[in-house]
Amino acid sequence: MKTAATKVLSARAVTKVYGGTHALRGVDLDIAAGRVTALFGKNGAGTSTLLKILSGVERPTTGHVELDGKPVRFLSPRDAVDRGISVIPQKPSLCPNLSIQDNLFLAREICGGPWVIDRSAQRATSAATLHSLGEDLDPDRLVGDLSPARQQIVEIARALVQEARVLLMDEPTSMLTSPEIEALFRVIGALTASGVAVAYASHRPDRALRIADDVAVLRDGRLVAASNAKALDIRRITEQMAGRAPDSLSPHHIPPAEKEPPPREELLTLRGLSVADPADPGHLAIDDLSLTVGKGEIVGIYGLMDSGLTELLEALAGRIPSQSGDVLLSGIPLENASIRDRVGRGLVLVPRDRRRDGLVQTMSLGENLSLAGLDRFVRRLFVSRKRELDAVDRMISGITLSTDDAGTPVESLSGGDQQKVVIGRALLTDPLVLLADEPSRGVDIDAKGDIFQLLAARARRGLAVLFTTSDVEEALRVPDRLLVLTRGVVTGDFRRGATTREELMSVLDGAAIGHAEGGAN
Amino acid sequence: MTPQETTPVPVPPDRPPPERIAARARRLSLLNGLFEFRALIALAVLIVLFGMLTDSFLTVPNLIRAAEQIAVNGVVALGMLLVILRGGIDLSVGSVIGLSGVVAGELLAGLDLRFVDMIAYPPVWGVVVLCVAVGMLVGLVNGVLVTRFEVAPFIATFGMLYVARGLAMLISGGSTYTDLDGSPQLGNTGFGLLGDARPLGIPISIWIMVALAVAVMLALTRTPFGRWLYAAGGNERAAELSGVPVDRVKTVVYVISGACAALAGLLIASELTVATPQAGETFELNAIAAVILGGATLNGGRGTVRGTLVGVLVVALLVNGLLILDVSLFWQILIKGALIIFVVMLDQGWRRLQRHRSALSALVADGRPD
Repeated sequence: MKTAATKVLSARAVTKVYGGTHALRGVDLDIAAGRVTALFGKNGAGTSTLLKILSGVERPTTGHVELDGKPVRFLSPRDAVDRGISVIPQKPSLCPNLSIQDNLFLAREICGGPWVIDRSAQRATSAATLHSLGEDLDPDRLVGDLSPARQQIVEIARALVQEARVLLMDEPTSMLTSPEIEALFRVIGALTASGVAVAYASHRPDRALRIADDVAVLRDGRLVAASNAKALDIRRITEQMAGRAPDSLSPHHIPPAEKEPPPREELLTLRGLSVADPADPGHLAIDDLSLTVGKGEIVGIYGLMDSGLTELLEALAGRIPSQSGDVLLSGIPLENASIRDRVGRGLVLVPRDRRRDGLVQTMSLGENLSLAGLDRFVRRLFVSRKRELDAVDRMISGITLSTDDAGTPVESLSGGDQQKVVIGRALLTDPLVLLADEPSRGVDIDAKGDIFQLLAARARRGLAVLFTTSDVEEALRVPDRLLVLTRGVVTGDFRRGATTREELMSVLDGAAIGHAEGGAN
Repeated sequence: MTPQETTPVPVPPDRPPPERIAARARRLSLLNGLFEFRALIALAVLIVLFGMLTDSFLTVPNLIRAAEQIAVNGVVALGMLLVILRGGIDLSVGSVIGLSGVVAGELLAGLDLRFVDMIAYPPVWGVVVLCVAVGMLVGLVNGVLVTRFEVAPFIATFGMLYVARGLAMLISGGSTYTDLDGSPQLGNTGFGLLGDARPLGIPISIWIMVALAVAVMLALTRTPFGRWLYAAGGNERAAELSGVPVDRVKTVVYVISGACAALAGLLIASELTVATPQAGETFELNAIAAVILGGATLNGGRGTVRGTLVGVLVVALLVNGLLILDVSLFWQILIKGALIIFVVMLDQGWRRLQRHRSALSALVADGRPD
């Protein structure tokens, strides 16, 4: 049935550079009519960027996009929509204050006369479109009152109203429950049967592979595999997404501990910590978590995006308040210490989003490095330039950057180097405990190795490290002790080498499903 | 899509040749240089233009007259620079100028302390300190509104623009203080010196501005406060996570800005030997124009004392030159507005250029073997 598929939308040698970071490097991709093209890649692999370029939100730095085999240059996202390319974003981007029909026809209103919206025509078309998707919703309902899954359906309905020939979906199932995902997959099946081309970006191959006809895998901005879905299985895809993990990830090169390791001096202690979800204060992001990190110990926390990893570390760093429980730093409670106090006492965070929370883009490399530890260079009123520069130069060689010029604008560094700068800044404060939120996010494989080597070297000198990861390889190889966190609750606790990839996945998934069912009741 | 697996492409083919990238980078860096020195270029153009068009522009009396303008605007702009570096804006400075002059007039005429049935005549230094304190108080209110109550800086200082002006009107009853000389018996003479004295032939207001500029420059480049200011203005979230006391920095800049405006109010009252509650109207706009023209961005994080001083020179000489050319006030206002818009447009263009440059340099760097 599915033979000689015709390409509708293609990327040709597309490269995209943000600041000094390569998001995409020479990517070729074809999306065929009537087929589902699954696009797999981990966070930062470039899948979102590729979708943005295909949908006219961003323009490629070099390379171009082809529509029906002819090069096109989208003037705007609207231009792309007018040519039949619609995007279903990760989180619904509808206007919650408007009705379903108003959203469906936003900026494309059906007008009865000049300036007058023909509401009955809009209502009829809306109802028919929603019906074809198997959701008989009242077109006059407010979108804000709908569940995320229903909003997702409305997004798709909008694409249909816009007569989309290509539907680009960015991780469309991340907000949905299992039955809702099944419903979505049925809708996608109906769409492809009618000839629509669907591209489906995801970092979870297990689900999307069921409906994929073609598969493409991105890693570090490069296309590393493109093939018919039948030619690949989940294992191959996961390997391609992760790349071959180098042994440098394993810092200590020691066999798994047979007996209990000697007790370490406790530097960071959490007792029954609970943190409210800042996005949804009625709900706990972290629920009654207890944990200790000892001197020289590396503790990893493995979990998915909704696990509460970021909320945990931000609460420890003092960025968001904790609901209840105690945090002790070398035995002394932190109470309501400010971020500044915590940094001064030796607890410092390497944030997850380095562009938003890490770098000061307007400052140089050296100024970024010395920012957190500036107090130690002050003599009388002034910053001693000599002391500062000495420390910065030492840190630059310590974190192995590609430049040794402290005056380099930090924006012009590669993603990996930028991440090293954020870590170097934290290390310059001589912390007791380093919190690192996905420190390997969006950096290439070499920098990843460097970063964990660096943390391991510091740990051998007594630094306590608590880091989060959503990467199984890292979770298995890097930490001395690994916790698995699922929706704010610890669901697994392993010493290094005491677990396997399969066990880890099942702990994460099993718990996630159990929780989802519990939540549905 | 082909059914077999493809290997990663080593070199992206659709890329301009390295020579062309390099040539583009060179052109961009030339343009970038022009943008960097835009204020100096504008200054040179103004001096040459007005020097040719008029006979009196480049004469000592005119330059002294311009210098007084420059000093007052410079003092206000230096305070504004700090606020803008932090990513805020202070619209209340013009009103603080008026308020400060009125407070000085009231104090020199005698402060009626009804509850002890006395009239106090503070000495001139006391008047100066009290007026600056009033300015700092207005700044503190701005700072607390912006940090504690999370009112947008534009709104908070816009409101204080009216509040401070209203206070000045209330205190003065809308009238002008014409006698600022004080009397020898009361020991409060000498206020006029702020405007009159000419150590080394240069008005004292210029000396004050220079001293303030040096202090601000040292604070910005050599102290932790300066570094915190640039960091918090460049990326507040990152600065906060690095332990920078971002709210304290924010409050302090508004306090300093208020103090600078109050000082400028004293300089104006002393020069004119009268204090009116209307003094300083639209001075906030001159200050913002000077800071932006001097290379700062309203987003914060970028800007220098040197650039701001050049910006002050440009604004003051533009006004002065147009005055000599007998251009009508209406046209002056229009030209100043056009200049501000033009400069902000340049600013946006410059930032686009910067983004372009870093993307380009990354492309060049990518061509190198790792």
